[in-house]
Amino acid sequence: MAMSSGKTEVLWPIGGIVLLLPSTALAMHIAEGILPAPWAALWFALAAPFVFWGLRDLRLRSEQVPHFKPLVGLVGAAVFILSCMPIPVPSAGTCSHPCGTGLAAILIGPWLTVVVTSIALVLQALFLAHGGLSTLGADTFSMGVAGAFVGYGAFRLARRLGAGWMLAAFLAGLLSDWATYTVTSFELASALRGDGSLSTLFVAILAAFVPTQLPLGIFEGFLTAGAYRFIYVRRPELLQKLAVGGSS
Amino acid sequence: MKRVFIAGMVVIVLAVGLWVVIEHSNAKWSGVDESVVEKFAEQANRPARKPLIDIGEGDLPLFCFLVAGAVGGFIAGYHFRELFPPNSRAKADAKSV
Repeated sequence: MAMSSGKTEVLWPIGGIVLLLPSTALAMHIAEGILPAPWAALWFALAAPFVFWGLRDLRLRSEQVPHFKPLVGLVGAAVFILSCMPIPVPSAGTCSHPCGTGLAAILIGPWLTVVVTSIALVLQALFLAHGGLSTLGADTFSMGVAGAFVGYGAFRLARRLGAGWMLAAFLAGLLSDWATYTVTSFELASALRGDGSLSTLFVAILAAFVPTQLPLGIFEGFLTAGAYRFIYVRRPELLQKLAVGGSS
Repeated sequence: MKRVFIAGMVVIVLAVGLWVVIEHSNAKWSGVDESVVEKFAEQANRPARKPLIDIGEGDLPLFCFLVAGAVGGFIAGYHFRELFPPNSRAKADAKSV
């Protein structure tokens, strides 16, 4: 009954908003106005094919698997919440947030993760002053594309090399987080370097992220492994239904 | 039950530890958007602009959260059985896959 009205389910991340405090988020997203227009447009152009392919994937897989869209929406809500959740890092004296894209990628696949990430980022940019609309392409590329594909690749590679699924999930979370911030550093360095050296600025920005993101990436690894284990124990059929985690 | 108790105690100890560190630290606890992204952007003369839709004033954020919560809650409730099926149905699904 419900699947006939399936298109509304992609709005699921909205549900996550209710769990958030109405305060400014502390995040890695690139804010409005930081990227010059040509760079912002370039990142839109690079992210767009992934989003369109993800939407195609959503249509095809929801035709094959009943109740697929609500599950994708639920994963999207998780990405929305995790990527808004400021966590203090005592070793650095700053706050940052996990991304959730590693977990999403091993549950629903990297293409769909790009879609749910882009929806989460739109809502955050519109209502939470978290990122910007003009920088949406860059934020989608760093968090959605890089985070999802690196996390998914790490998971598959680790499984292929014989690692247990818990370790593979840990690596997915860890590397997806670090990949996100590495690509963010590159986006900033390439757009802001002026006449300076790209590599010097890239390394400087990356090094500035390290004190916060090094421990937070490890935290995200444990978070991903814990969430994956919870689903594996409680709802193993879900992993088979989503046909990414369960197949490995 | 014992495992839940141990996990709860670990969470409480970690939370108290974190609270102590935060309370007794001089750190600003700013986000990396501020301490890294905006710092480098300002050095390059590209400071962040105000968001296009700024809802930071008055009760407007509260209203937006209420509306979003109501919409999200309605959708979640509408699909509740599909998202969280009874155990019997979940087991049947698992066998059929």
